[in-house]
Amino acid sequence: MMSFIEFMQLATHVGLHHFLLFSAILFAIGLFGLLTKKGLIPLLMCVELMLNAVNINLVAFNHYMPVPDYTGQLMAIFSVAVAASEIAVGVALAFRIYRDRGTVNVDELEKLKG
Amino acid sequence: MIDFALYHAWLIPLLPALAFVVIGLGTRQDKKTSAIIGITAISASFLLSLGVVGAVLTKRIVMADPFVMKTVWARIGGMELGMGALIDPLTAMMLVVVTTVALMVNIYSVGYMEHDSGMGRFFAFLSLFAASMLGLVISVNFLQMYIFWEGVGLCSYLLIGFYYYKISAREAAKKAFITTRIGDFGMLLGILLLQINFGTLDFIELKTLVPQYIWVSGTSFLTVIGLLLFIGPIGKSGQFPLHVWLPDAMEGPTPVSALIHAATMVVAGVYLIGRAYFIFAELPIVLNVIAWLGGFTAFFAATIAITQRPFKRILAYSTISQLGYMMLALGVGSLSASMFHLMTHAFFKALMFLCAGAVIEAMHEEADIFKMGGLRHRMPVTFKCMAIGVVAIAGLPPFAGFFSKDAILAAAAEVSFPLYLLASVTAFMTAFYMSRLLFVAFFGEVRDDCPAQETNAFMRWPLVVLAVLSVISGAWGHFAGFSDWVFYGVREEEAINWTIAGSSIVLSLIAMWWAYQIYVVKRWSSFQIARRLGVLYDLSYHAYYIDEIYAFFRELTVDKIGRLSLWIDTHIVDGIVHGLGRLTKGISVVLALPQNGDTQQYVAIFYTGVIALVAYSLFYAVKILSVTGGAF
Amino acid sequence: MEFPLLSTILLAPLVAAFALCFVPKDDRETIRRGAAFATIFMLCMTVYAFFNFDTLEGGVQFVEKIPWVEDLGVCYSVGVDGISMPLLLLVGVIGISAVYTSWNTEKRPKEFFILLLLLIAGVTGTFIAQDLFLFLLSYELFVIPVFIMVLVWGSTKRLPKEFVGMKFIVFLLMGSAFMLVGVVMLYVNAYPAGERTFDFAALRMAGEMGHFSDSFQISTFPLLLLGFGSLLSMFPFHSWSPDGHAAAPTAVSMIHAGILKKLGAYGLIRVGVLLLPVGAKYWSPLIVTTAVMGVLYAAYIVMAQKDLKYIIGYSSVSHMGYILLGIMTLNATSVSGAVANMVAHGMMTALFFSQIGYIYERTHLRSIPELRGLAHYMPHLTIGFMLAGMTSLGLPGLIEFLPEFTIFVGTFGVYPVQALIAIFVIVFTALYVLRLLATLLFGPADEKYAEIPDEQGASMVPLLVLGAFIVGFGLFPSLLMNVINCGIEPLAPVFEQIANAPTMMGTMGGVR
Repeated sequence: MMSFIEFMQLATHVGLHHFLLFSAILFAIGLFGLLTKKGLIPLLMCVELMLNAVNINLVAFNHYMPVPDYTGQLMAIFSVAVAASEIAVGVALAFRIYRDRGTVNVDELEKLKG
Repeated sequence: MIDFALYHAWLIPLLPALAFVVIGLGTRQDKKTSAIIGITAISASFLLSLGVVGAVLTKRIVMADPFVMKTVWARIGGMELGMGALIDPLTAMMLVVVTTVALMVNIYSVGYMEHDSGMGRFFAFLSLFAASMLGLVISVNFLQMYIFWEGVGLCSYLLIGFYYYKISAREAAKKAFITTRIGDFGMLLGILLLQINFGTLDFIELKTLVPQYIWVSGTSFLTVIGLLLFIGPIGKSGQFPLHVWLPDAMEGPTPVSALIHAATMVVAGVYLIGRAYFIFAELPIVLNVIAWLGGFTAFFAATIAITQRPFKRILAYSTISQLGYMMLALGVGSLSASMFHLMTHAFFKALMFLCAGAVIEAMHEEADIFKMGGLRHRMPVTFKCMAIGVVAIAGLPPFAGFFSKDAILAAAAEVSFPLYLLASVTAFMTAFYMSRLLFVAFFGEVRDDCPAQETNAFMRWPLVVLAVLSVISGAWGHFAGFSDWVFYGVREEEAINWTIAGSSIVLSLIAMWWAYQIYVVKRWSSFQIARRLGVLYDLSYHAYYIDEIYAFFRELTVDKIGRLSLWIDTHIVDGIVHGLGRLTKGISVVLALPQNGDTQQYVAIFYTGVIALVAYSLFYAVKILSVTGGAF
Repeated sequence: MEFPLLSTILLAPLVAAFALCFVPKDDRETIRRGAAFATIFMLCMTVYAFFNFDTLEGGVQFVEKIPWVEDLGVCYSVGVDGISMPLLLLVGVIGISAVYTSWNTEKRPKEFFILLLLLIAGVTGTFIAQDLFLFLLSYELFVIPVFIMVLVWGSTKRLPKEFVGMKFIVFLLMGSAFMLVGVVMLYVNAYPAGERTFDFAALRMAGEMGHFSDSFQISTFPLLLLGFGSLLSMFPFHSWSPDGHAAAPTAVSMIHAGILKKLGAYGLIRVGVLLLPVGAKYWSPLIVTTAVMGVLYAAYIVMAQKDLKYIIGYSSVSHMGYILLGIMTLNATSVSGAVANMVAHGMMTALFFSQIGYIYERTHLRSIPELRGLAHYMPHLTIGFMLAGMTSLGLPGLIEFLPEFTIFVGTFGVYPVQALIAIFVIVFTALYVLRLLATLLFGPADEKYAEIPDEQGASMVPLLVLGAFIVGFGLFPSLLMNVINCGIEPLAPVFEQIANAPTMMGTMGGVR
């Protein structure tokens, strides 16, 4: 059983755990949004949240590595770039779909069902 | 000339074949040219055949030592199949008979087919038939014989169905082909067994191999082969129970009936057994079967012929009966009697058929003899020829039939008394029904509406020639020593047995007198007799309902099973195939259920999967840690 | 280097198809003349090859060999021996007949003739391939044109053509899937890695050196049999074939029945029997029995059919049963009969289909009670039907008699009961063929056909070409048989070797 002092240390001294916890919460929020939101734009935003959760993980692990190099940060920057292009394409698609169908509600976009 | 004919015997069938090609490809539309080409070809074959006879006589070619020419037709799978010409007295006799009758029929057809637009086609088919028949006659082996055997079958089919627009002709042609095909099936089996067993089909080679084989392994296997081979002649020569096609075959033009269904093709079966007599003669069981089946057929067909009304149908049943006679002769071991009868029968039966053609044409296609009458006043030449034919078949001396029939009766009496009795009864009935035909059609009063007139010269002269042959061929054959010439094994005794001959003459005379009393003097009413006989008359009139029985069995074993198989194929075999297709489709429907287009459900399933994977790997990580005691 | 004869034959239709792509699609005259020219050229070359085939020397001739994928041991290797030479000739003959039968194609003639030429090229490649890989490549290649042609130019009778096209392709691909497994097993087992090759001769050598164990052969042969057997419409895997005939356009029916089925039989000999003789021997009693069942069963079905294409479709199932019977009896006589019968039946059935196509194109009828009395107005068509019918029932003097006779001689000594049934079916064949001919051609005239022209000019070509070969090879069989003999003779040791190999029924007494 963790002692109070240990708990306080953990709570006040920011370490890897906090980053991981934070990114996990961010990821969960994103996932929740992804599963519940109906509009395409909110969905894309939720995906952004999840991607950023991953970025945080990458940077955090990189920071706490015994022999730090910049691999994780490099990956995070890649990921940001990919996310940026993804959002650009995604929003453009959303616009096209809205023009075409008059809706961006994913429940109504079911043409590909088997 | 004689040497040329002998060494070029293969030309005999080839010339008509060429005529067929030329007429078929070129002159089909031109009636006159076609007729000239056909007749020229068959005349040349006729002359060559005479040359062959001359060669056989002068060069002393005998049955035991034939003249053979052959070439390889095909080599396949280790078999060597030959074609060629085998010349011995039997062949020479057949060549002359076939070409004579064919030539007469060709000439006759010029008159007969005058007004038919298909005359070119007719001559083409006749030439093809002559080619096939002559090819069959000179066969050197069983395969060549089978090939031409089917060839004459084809020509018979084409010519029976010559008036193809008539449904009856079309059906008769089909029936003829299929019925003989059943016979050919048996024959083919026999030939296959010979090929497999002896490795050759050549008559000359088999002639030496067969006795050796019998000496080593006995006759039981050869008996099977012999019986199978005999099935072919049963079909082709109209023996019971495959005789049903021959009466229907009279749907063809009458010259065809004369040539194919009386004189030549139908005797191919007899000729086959004669040619292969070196096998059959060794097999007593097979000979017995042949004799009894032949005797029975002769009797059976005669009982049917007695009640028939159409002119050609009577002749057809009489042909079946006479073919039975020839078979009987072969069965009792007398090749020469059988071949002798074959020759005389060819002449007098062809004669009678050609007379029938003349009569029916003169009557404007009326075939029922009871609608004729008094024709002897209108068609004197035809009447005389017909009378000669009837007397010849009834077996009164000195006409042809007397000598040949006597030879058969004598041969039968030597072997088996019951067979002799059967043959005598048949002879009696033959004399009766042929006289009936003659008396009903040609005697009595001329009907008022009778259109008959004497026919044209093309049709008249062949009749005269054949009539002459019907008179002299028997006596000539007898006194010139036919049985010295065509025989198997030991030469047979020649002299006429006057007990047999005398009783047969007496029987024939009684029968003719009887027919005269019924149909000319009308002492007894034929209708009363028919009614008195009741069921027997019915059976005979309807040919023992054999056609109906066959139709029933065909329906049962062919058409019903055919429909059943079709049902099985479309519902069961195809059903399984389509069922497999439907099964695949069904599975795909089930598997496609989660694919419902709800993106968020996909996401949920995806992340559930991710969580499951993570949980699984965690579980294993813990497990490994606990096993290794904390160290990774 | 010698003139690359076989490559020229293979390339002729391909080049023509390529050239046709640049012809404007409305120019029907140029398109069909181009296709005709290519097939005439092909026929001339194959006839030249056929008569220049040295029967004394034997073996594989006109060989060309160019390495292709060396890592896998694949070669572009073509050549013909006594078995494939007659079949190549068959392709040439049927190719030209198919083009002339489709002479009046109205719908998209350009695409039709291009696909037809591709199809012909595919089957040509299969027959001349001396490399298993090339063989398989060409083997799968023809399926695509067939599929498209059934869908676009087919006709819907009993079943919709789309359905039939699908059934057709699924059946064939299922079969080839099994076969592919078998072929890969052969390839892997023949030589150790690095030395592997697809060359037929090398694979046979491997077999002779005993690289294929008996149990391997026994387990692999059924895979090949399924593949090739379903293509040759072996009972009970035949049901795609009559439907396929009925739905396909005439030219495809001709090639399908005339060549594709023979391809199955050819593959079965070349790959199945020659590479895996012991396996073939083991399964032969079963296959022979089903083959004979198929012969009888299909003949029975024909009796109940009314549609001309179904009649010929089922009759070709029945005839292919004879060929399968000949092959699986596994002796030199029966196999040479089977090979000869492949040529014979191909020509006969192609003639039948071209005649049916002629009358169907003009009347859009093809069931026999509706079509009747055609002889009154169409003598040439009548000759065509009669010739095909008489060949079908095995009339001597026409091409199919001697092959059937040879098969019977080869089979009767080994499987007497099966052979007996098979021989009896010749009576049935006569029955259905004559019924068909009688109703279709003879009997009273029907006025409604009076206006239809008889075969003339281009539409006579199939009758003339096929008829010439049917009669020519029928009267002078040695022309054909000598070539086949020199293909079969080298195989005699194989058959002798397996004469006493065990079958599923136990050891048989050997070939008597």
